[in-house]
Amino acid sequence: MAGIPHDHYEPKTGAEQWLHKRLPIVGLIYDTIMIPTPKNLNWWWIWGIVLAFCLVLQIVTGIVLVMHYTPHVDLAFASVEHIMRDVNGGWAIRYIHANGASLFFFAVYIHIFRGLFYGSYKAPREVTWIIGMVIYLAMMGTAFMGYVLPWGQMSFWGATVITGLFGAIPGVGPSIQAWLLGGPAVDNATLNRFFSLHYLLPFVIAALVAVHIWAFHTTGNNNPTGVEVRRASKAEAEKDTLPFWPYFVIKDLFALALVLVVFFAVVGFMPNYLGHPDNYIEANPLSTPAHIVPEWYFLPFYAILRAFTADVWAVILVNKITFGIVDAKFFGVIAMFGAIIAMALAPWLDTSKVRSGQYRPMFKWWFYLLAIDFVVLMWVGAMPTDGIYPYISLIGATYWFAYFFVILPLLGIIEKPLPMPATIEEDFNSHYGNPAE
Amino acid sequence: MKKLLISAASALVLGAGSALASGGAAHIPDYAFSFEGPFGKFDQQQLRRGFQVYREVCSACHGMKFVPLRTLSDEGGPQMDPAWVRAFAAEQDEITDKETGEPRARKETDMFPTRTGDGMGPDLSLIAKNRAAFHGPYGTGIAQLVQGIGGPEYIHAILTHFEENPECAPDGIDGYYYNTAFPNGGIPDSCKDEHGASTVPGSWIAMPPPLADDLIEYEDGTPATVEQMAEDASAFLMWAAEPKMMARKNMGFTAVLLLGLLTVLLYLTNKRIWAPHKGKHV
Repeated sequence: MAGIPHDHYEPKTGAEQWLHKRLPIVGLIYDTIMIPTPKNLNWWWIWGIVLAFCLVLQIVTGIVLVMHYTPHVDLAFASVEHIMRDVNGGWAIRYIHANGASLFFFAVYIHIFRGLFYGSYKAPREVTWIIGMVIYLAMMGTAFMGYVLPWGQMSFWGATVITGLFGAIPGVGPSIQAWLLGGPAVDNATLNRFFSLHYLLPFVIAALVAVHIWAFHTTGNNNPTGVEVRRASKAEAEKDTLPFWPYFVIKDLFALALVLVVFFAVVGFMPNYLGHPDNYIEANPLSTPAHIVPEWYFLPFYAILRAFTADVWAVILVNKITFGIVDAKFFGVIAMFGAIIAMALAPWLDTSKVRSGQYRPMFKWWFYLLAIDFVVLMWVGAMPTDGIYPYISLIGATYWFAYFFVILPLLGIIEKPLPMPATIEEDFNSHYGNPAE
Repeated sequence: MKKLLISAASALVLGAGSALASGGAAHIPDYAFSFEGPFGKFDQQQLRRGFQVYREVCSACHGMKFVPLRTLSDEGGPQMDPAWVRAFAAEQDEITDKETGEPRARKETDMFPTRTGDGMGPDLSLIAKNRAAFHGPYGTGIAQLVQGIGGPEYIHAILTHFEENPECAPDGIDGYYYNTAFPNGGIPDSCKDEHGASTVPGSWIAMPPPLADDLIEYEDGTPATVEQMAEDASAFLMWAAEPKMMARKNMGFTAVLLLGLLTVLLYLTNKRIWAPHKGKHV
């Protein structure tokens, strides 16, 4: 692999040389595992491993669940109860799979916010960032369709609401919605295609993860200082880095084990805490639940969707300009997808030359506010749409867009960055009191 | 300054809280069940009493279509004698055989009967899991961490909170019963304010008060008060909804212990391999 100079695999025995000439797979694995990694990575860099683990966990438990699940509107709910009551260890597999989705999103949000703080999206890592965003979108699609499969009340009504968003697109919307659903309403055709795609998408994600890793192994990892690894010579690079194995593998596994202690405490002692009780009621197209609430990991974007009601001046203005084509509902849909696109555009919206937020005295505070904004949006997304909540959503959603489209471009121009260490080695030694070699 | 900030924050939070309370959420008390918390276990005697309440009272109008009869003798449940369960199954409504299409006597491998039609209530297989009592504070659901989701509390409260019609509607709603723990029932117009919000704590439910003191005679001699029967029935329905609860908690303990050990070992390994690079001696 290109990038930071390091030792490569040398086939020694005859058999190794024979294979290497025909398929350099051992060399590929060696180069991947031994990749030089900035030695100053902090604990925010462990979530990548947690995410890789989650993907494998979800695929393995999911494959077992499929052995016992029946994708049919009359049988799906009962087959899930069959898994919970009759299948050996079925309750454990299902609870792990359901809570595994939550761990997956918890980890991905920390991973994304880590990237936003340390400027991991900046050149030359834009492609890594964009692929990451595509993975995140695929995760959302997969999780949403997975939540429909148990065919409870929230499954059914969640599917109705979310596919309804596509119906809000002017002109072609209703056709797109019918095409997604396989009919005029959420029914057996919907359940079957969601099941099919829920099985397919994780493998697409696995492929995208490989490309994501390939991309940042080409550019090298970012690190808390944002200072690049010196790569003029191998000797110089070795002062800034340590090989991934064993240093970072063991560090990441330690963190993963700790995360899993908490995860299994949730699975063992409160597995239904993060789910909605209504999803233990069989889907009933004739009875709408009082509040249709998505899973917690969708709530920030759900809040943005609901924030732009018909009485917001921006919505009224856009409605007038477009001669009524863009109504409040469609505006909300644009805002929701726009909020994710805004994140994806961060590499080009952020004008600062400094990567790491550590050396950006003004950026730091705006970033913390963004993190708080995200949590507030998550909370308000679960609240009803009356009283003070619509105002909170609107303020939260406005800040989200302001951060990416106004604050990031402006800060790069007006902010005076703090002094940075010249090398990663210097930063690492200043932490551990090593005399400079 | 700090005090000012705190009071400002609490005013904001209180404001949000009162906005939510306008929904007319009925108050559900927190009962102490034996199966709560990481160490909680089902009380077998209580499950047997609850099952007696279920079969002598609830089952007149409610079914449990997802609960196999045979699980009554499973470990961790009421553990009824398998022969007894076979006889009990045979006494239940006949079932249409899947292979022959003919009606036949119910077997222990079949589910509990269903109850559908006029005057019949919802299926109880999962009611302890599909009702939640504790959403607070302020809709964050954090109370659930301490008190659990609250399904059994909800059932217990519904069974014991039938009251006289409130002053605003002395005649109530015909065919419905006033219950101060029931949040989603009908409310007569005379009990609504000008915004259409309810002025009474509860609402009207279609189920008549099902329990009365000494309605049944417990096989183990426990006095059959309404409170006792409500608690036992709630516990039984929790088992029906989550029969593998005890196995789940056991798995939780094993997993946390083993992963905790693994965490310690990995921590020590990590410390050791990094030490030379961090200028420390092992």
